[in-house]
Amino acid sequence: MYSQGLLGANTDTDETEDFLAAFQARIDAEEKIEPNDPMPAAYRKTLIRMISQHAHSEIVGMLPEGNWITRAPSLRRKVALLAKVQDEGGHGLYLYSAAETLGVSREQLTEELLSGKAKYSSIFNYPTPTWADIGAIGWLVDGAAIMNQVPLCRCSYGPYARAMIRVCKEESFHQRQGYELMRKLTRGTDEQKAMAQDALNRWWWPSLMMFGPSDTDSQHSDQSMKWKIKRFTNDELRQKFVDATVPQAELIGLTMPDEHLSWNESKNNGEGGYDFGEIDWDEFWRVVKGHGMMNKDRIATRKKAWDDGAWVREAALAHARKTRERKEAA
Amino acid sequence: MAGNNTQLVSMLVQIADDHLILGHRLSEWCGHAPMLEEDLSMPNMALDLIGQARQLYTLAAELEGGQRTEDDLAYLRSDREYRNCLLVEKGNVDFAHTMLKQFYFAAFMKPFWQQSLNSTHKAFAAIAGKAVKEISYHIRHCGEWIIRLGDGTEESAARTRAAVAELHPYTQELFWMDPRHRSLVTSGVIPDVSLIASDWQSTVDRVFREARLSVPDVEYPLSGGREGRHTEEFGLLLAELQYMQRTYPGAQW
Repeated sequence: MYSQGLLGANTDTDETEDFLAAFQARIDAEEKIEPNDPMPAAYRKTLIRMISQHAHSEIVGMLPEGNWITRAPSLRRKVALLAKVQDEGGHGLYLYSAAETLGVSREQLTEELLSGKAKYSSIFNYPTPTWADIGAIGWLVDGAAIMNQVPLCRCSYGPYARAMIRVCKEESFHQRQGYELMRKLTRGTDEQKAMAQDALNRWWWPSLMMFGPSDTDSQHSDQSMKWKIKRFTNDELRQKFVDATVPQAELIGLTMPDEHLSWNESKNNGEGGYDFGEIDWDEFWRVVKGHGMMNKDRIATRKKAWDDGAWVREAALAHARKTRERKEAA
Repeated sequence: MAGNNTQLVSMLVQIADDHLILGHRLSEWCGHAPMLEEDLSMPNMALDLIGQARQLYTLAAELEGGQRTEDDLAYLRSDREYRNCLLVEKGNVDFAHTMLKQFYFAAFMKPFWQQSLNSTHKAFAAIAGKAVKEISYHIRHCGEWIIRLGDGTEESAARTRAAVAELHPYTQELFWMDPRHRSLVTSGVIPDVSLIASDWQSTVDRVFREARLSVPDVEYPLSGGREGRHTEEFGLLLAELQYMQRTYPGAQW
């Protein structure tokens, strides 16, 4: 509710050189930018885009995992999955609220998602045909998300940075839970092992794509780095993820689906790191542009939930209005 | 005491079945709710219900000798062996149906758990202690929705009335006292569910009055679940619930 007063507020700034320099000086001094502070229009726009994409990803991300709630193989797994998907909804709510501090409403952002105007993480356009996909998503997708999000806890925009602190704690729990699920499969029957390897084969490359285009092709990186919205480039984060995840796969006896994967001692300034194969960028762009297996399905599902729920939201508003009117009349 | 033990196991499984199946139905909403806030609160209530089911199955499994686990009881029985009432297995239809179904059940369970706080069976009383707090929240949350929907728009009122007409005939089964469990009442282990009806009725009356709904007279009540006779849609629910356990027998997850 705190953000309501900011919706539709006049946020025009006179972007003289002095203004921009003073803003940059605050950023350089690691000061947090807060909702009522003057900020360049492009800074505001970038943050709205980033935070809303992040919020949409949480909401759409509820669907592939939600797909397995009613079929979870044990009661323990069922409650863990329910709680995890609920956490994602919570992150979405948190992040929409952070976006609202920049002057956009949740309804507006929801409409942009449903019309296809707004993007969300492409990873959720892949299907979850087996139970092992739930493990793979926790381990790899949440693992990649953490790599992206931990630096965002130091993002220059205060509300986003603070939201990310809580989000990261929960994501890190999900990542460990997903890995534990996979480990259990690799210690199970041959069918369970095969299920785990198959899920890794399908999710590994899309997880690497989560870091976005290569630095040479990324549209948004430079200015975002200067404004300390982002702290690392896409390729730096991708490399960190590969280096952290390959040993985890080895530990539980799974094989990365990459024949070019090899240890390179000279990488990372001599600390060593993994060389890995080329990402299929055609596939990346195909899915980003809406042609993955589940793109249309995900949006249709969200749209159905939104449309089917319209009468409930209208009823809540109508009831609140009636109650107020009766109180005033009394 | 051996006889009493068998009866208690059967009673615990019956209550656990109610909670598991209702929680399962509620969990079907996850990611599909009318608003984000409900995408958080419906899974929350589902977690309470499935959590209570787990405690009850675990206690039942212990009492019957430890041969089976909570998962064996939850996943590896045939449809005739589930003793949940028909109300909880009914499909979601729409948000009004779901909220009403939750409300009816919660309005029954609250006095049930309250009276179980003094159960002569300590482990059962302990489960009641946790559950009674959770179920009070369900009554409040779902009751508030019934009021908003019943006294909201024309459409929401019509949908809520339709839900009442469809679900009310299933409520009487809640108060059916299985003769096999009679001795558990006598020995102070469980409350007499047939005596909970008036408490339930007053909760329903209070909320319906505010929601501008009328309580229907039920000429032909529907029941059967307590004796293992279920609806057609229950078989489909079990097919989903049991899929992994049936496809990969004996596997650990």
